[in-house]
Amino acid sequence: MRLHGAEVVDTFAEAFPMWGARVTITAATAGWAIEAARSMTGFATSVIGCKCEAGIERELAPGETPDGRPGVSALLFAMNVEGVTKRLIERVGQSVLTCPTTACFNGLQAERTVDVGGRLSYFGDGYQASKLLAGRRYWRVPVMEGEFLVEELFGVVEGVGGGNLIIQGEDDASTRAAAEAAARAMRGVAGVVLPFPGGIVRSGSKVGSRYAGLIASTNDAHCPTLRGLVTRTEVPSGISSVLEIVLDGLTLQAVEEAMRRGVEAAARHGARYLTAGNYEGKLGRYQIWLRRLLPDASREA
Amino acid sequence: MTVRLTLRVTPDAPLEAEMICPDRLAGLSAAEISHLPLWHGKDKVPLGDFFAVSGADGSDLQVEGDLDRVKLLGAGMGSGRLRIVGSAGMHVAAGMRGGEVQVDGDVGEWAGAEMRGGRLVIRGHAGAHLGAAYAGSPLGMRGGEIIVHGDAGPQAGRGMRRGLIAAGGRCAAFAGARLLAGTIVALGGLGPRAGAGMRRGTIVSMGPTPILPTFAFGCVYRPPFLPLYLRHLRALGLPVADVHLTGRYARWSGDGVDLRRGEILIWQAAG
Repeated sequence: MRLHGAEVVDTFAEAFPMWGARVTITAATAGWAIEAARSMTGFATSVIGCKCEAGIERELAPGETPDGRPGVSALLFAMNVEGVTKRLIERVGQSVLTCPTTACFNGLQAERTVDVGGRLSYFGDGYQASKLLAGRRYWRVPVMEGEFLVEELFGVVEGVGGGNLIIQGEDDASTRAAAEAAARAMRGVAGVVLPFPGGIVRSGSKVGSRYAGLIASTNDAHCPTLRGLVTRTEVPSGISSVLEIVLDGLTLQAVEEAMRRGVEAAARHGARYLTAGNYEGKLGRYQIWLRRLLPDASREA
Repeated sequence: MTVRLTLRVTPDAPLEAEMICPDRLAGLSAAEISHLPLWHGKDKVPLGDFFAVSGADGSDLQVEGDLDRVKLLGAGMGSGRLRIVGSAGMHVAAGMRGGEVQVDGDVGEWAGAEMRGGRLVIRGHAGAHLGAAYAGSPLGMRGGEIIVHGDAGPQAGRGMRRGLIAAGGRCAAFAGARLLAGTIVALGGLGPRAGAGMRRGTIVSMGPTPILPTFAFGCVYRPPFLPLYLRHLRALGLPVADVHLTGRYARWSGDGVDLRRGEILIWQAAG
């Protein structure tokens, strides 16, 4: 299949259920909200080593936030509800509560909720107080600067993790340009985050290793420098650089839409081949076929 | 469909009308409604002796006429909407559990007393004991919202333990006395002895506020929870100014004769 001069491999991205939450952080200025959000979502690229995956979804205008101040929404994903809860408590506690002028609210209405603010309220050491307004409870925690306000309950949903797109190009610069364009386009989809630095992975991994105890290792089939060494390669002739975009989303539809935009943008900006990573359908619940993301005409090519 | 009750005979003794609630009238025909019992002084009388009834089988109820001597309208209601065209007597929406009551005029004493849920909106003024505990009762209002566009009389929110009372005007003496939890907002200021005996909860004033000597000053700051409340009240039609949303408030902790975990927040004009 071809799209804007790129060859699209007829394969699928294999994705998994992951539980997700949305955090709304507000502050006196947009700058402080972003500081808190960056800190909260930092070191959250993969559940393998970071226990969760997180990223900034978008900035929020004052009119979009509960207290009318500038804000940021961030998404956090983990393998189960308990994991989401623990990571939220840790990260909101260490990165949002500590940041000047911030407040923290639930940004996801969901049937299932977890207590984050109530657990954090104990930092108030008995001086904390709650407020109940329109059915939502907020905790007021006295701090040196004044007061930290955090909502008690945060919604959690079973979303999708591990959506991915692999971009192959003739050289590092053009491959990077294609990946950057794809990441920009994908970030515009609500409910999706790209947890890796800049949204792009230069070191995609495979399950397992020759070394005991190492659960993941370099995806040698996608390493251009190993094309002459390995018994199986996914790197076509003429390709010298490969980058991967990994994404998590609150819904399958959001992940699919983000991948569709990513495929389109990468193809327009110099990608030679577009493919995706999977485990032959043996591990993940979801299969996102690249052919279904293409315009009808491209599927026939 | 809206059920309409129009007072056609002015009672010469107080008329106790706790049957007049949308959820109690739901599903009844006009004839059945007319036969519901009311207390006229010491006499039990059918509703139809005092009210003309039109409409039936609706969750919306409208009551109109000279209702100053009609008590307990909407008392204990759990759902539906009640609109009182004009002013009403005592105990409007007392013990209310859900739904919404709107009064176009003033209400007498004890409106919303010990209510537990729902919303009471008073376009005019409220008499004494708004949302308060009855004599001998340990707890006043426990939930829900009371929105008064005008002033509230003495002892608004006495014994309150959660819920929200907000006045576009002034709350008279002893607002929030024995407050256990919940929030009182007075855009027009507070009378003397606000928060007397309060244990917890919040009283907010945007106007002149005498403070009891048993309260301790903390600081002047911007309470982060307050914009949530004020935006909510603005959406309900109260005249919350932008300077109230962004302004700073002096925090007084009290009452020192009790737990001192309560607070009075007084808006500070800039400059």
